[in-house]
Amino acid sequence: MKIIGIITILLSGSIMIYSTLDFPEWGDPLSPANTHLSVYYIENSMPDTSVPNIVTAILADYRSYDTMFETTVIFAAGLACFLLLRNFRKKKKEYSLYRHIPTGVTLKIKNSADLADDTKLFQRIDSTWVPFDLVTRTASGLIVPFIQIFALYVIAHGHHSPGGGFQGGVIFGAAFILFAISYSLRESLKIISEKTAVILSCVGVMIYAGTGLLCLLFGSNFLNYGSLAQILFTDPVSARSLAILFVEIGVGLAVAGVMIWLYYNISSSGKYNQGL
Amino acid sequence: MDNYLFFIVSKFNYWGVMILIMIGIYAIISKQNLIKKIIGMNIFQTAIILFYISIGSKKNASIPILHHLNEHTQKINPDDFVNPLPHVLMLTAIVVSVATLGVALSLAIKIYQQFGTLEENIINNKIAADNNRQSVIDRL
Amino acid sequence: MIWQIDVIILVMVIIIAIGVISIKNLLSVGILFGAYSFMMCLLWAIMGAVDVAFTEASVGAGVSTVFLIAAIFRTSRGSKD
Repeated sequence: MKIIGIITILLSGSIMIYSTLDFPEWGDPLSPANTHLSVYYIENSMPDTSVPNIVTAILADYRSYDTMFETTVIFAAGLACFLLLRNFRKKKKEYSLYRHIPTGVTLKIKNSADLADDTKLFQRIDSTWVPFDLVTRTASGLIVPFIQIFALYVIAHGHHSPGGGFQGGVIFGAAFILFAISYSLRESLKIISEKTAVILSCVGVMIYAGTGLLCLLFGSNFLNYGSLAQILFTDPVSARSLAILFVEIGVGLAVAGVMIWLYYNISSSGKYNQGL
Repeated sequence: MDNYLFFIVSKFNYWGVMILIMIGIYAIISKQNLIKKIIGMNIFQTAIILFYISIGSKKNASIPILHHLNEHTQKINPDDFVNPLPHVLMLTAIVVSVATLGVALSLAIKIYQQFGTLEENIINNKIAADNNRQSVIDRL
Repeated sequence: MIWQIDVIILVMVIIIAIGVISIKNLLSVGILFGAYSFMMCLLWAIMGAVDVAFTEASVGAGVSTVFLIAAIFRTSRGSKD
């Protein structure tokens, strides 16, 4: 298999490297990719949408139909992961570990579904138990709120600086994943449960599609934000800029929800009893 | 001499892309471990993204963010800004790539639960042994 | 767009990619893949694609490393090739 692989990549790679001789020079402003469509975007995105970041303007306005289905693809990936891994059945052999806090003795209890997780004397632990780590928990507890505020800033400031819904949503999800790693999966499930994460991602996709439907309602094409000026009390150009913000918020919610959902499923392999 | 240097500078980025694509295909074809295959797929994906970004780059151009103040006073010259269209296409591709990575990893976890290993040849042997046993039972 | 820096980062990316597919311990593969994503992010920042670089820094170097390590934690850590 190794020899076949080496022969294949050498053949195809030499053909590909030979084909680079016909490519335009790297960084040539007059290459075909740089002269047709993108010139229109660079010249007209500011008068059309009043958004300085051209990438955000194209992403959420000119090509917003594309972005809507990219968001749907991400949601579908979260759903596929859930359907593959989620395990609702509790096996009879399933046991959980409880640690007696004063002595440190660990008990293995079968059929422990109706027992409380944490009492004064007993504490439920994962199969790979690590001692209480003050430094990690305090540091991550201090840093998580700031990461979340930064994520909100990235979503809201995507018009003027690099950033937007995708990045902000991923950072928001990553902050919560940091919390879930430094504490435990059960404690993070108390804050954002599986149901909340799913509802978050569904609401995000629905905000996006709902903005498009609202445009239909006011008598223009799907996702043509200019007609929203009637309810936002502004001119059509500012209405586009505001509608891009709504859409980015929807994308951010969807991506954050799906990231948390994927982490729950992969780290506990679908059982939701213990995490990383 | 300057001619050769100019030729190399105008093409080396594409050669890097092709080498990364070759590494990705090699990992997909000849590595036995499924996690290694998934990582090879991701390397392939990033190589394609790098190809798109190097198509859209321009010499002596700025990042694609305009000034807010002089929107009506100044005519915008397209050669001053990098081509933003490949950036948009690839930005969504990256986020979709992490979603596909999640699906691929959950498939790998499922396969591990079924067969107890991630090595492809051992999985194939186990499937072949199962099929043989089944055919023997059918013959009886 | 400075081509000297681009050459250096590109060579580092290729070396890390070869390392990623040839190391046998899957946990170090996960960490090294985070380094690969971060080098790729630098490459895109050099070429002026700031949005793509930001996305890759948060997605590739952040979340996908966590997913890989979570999956390796739930399966086996060793690899035969």
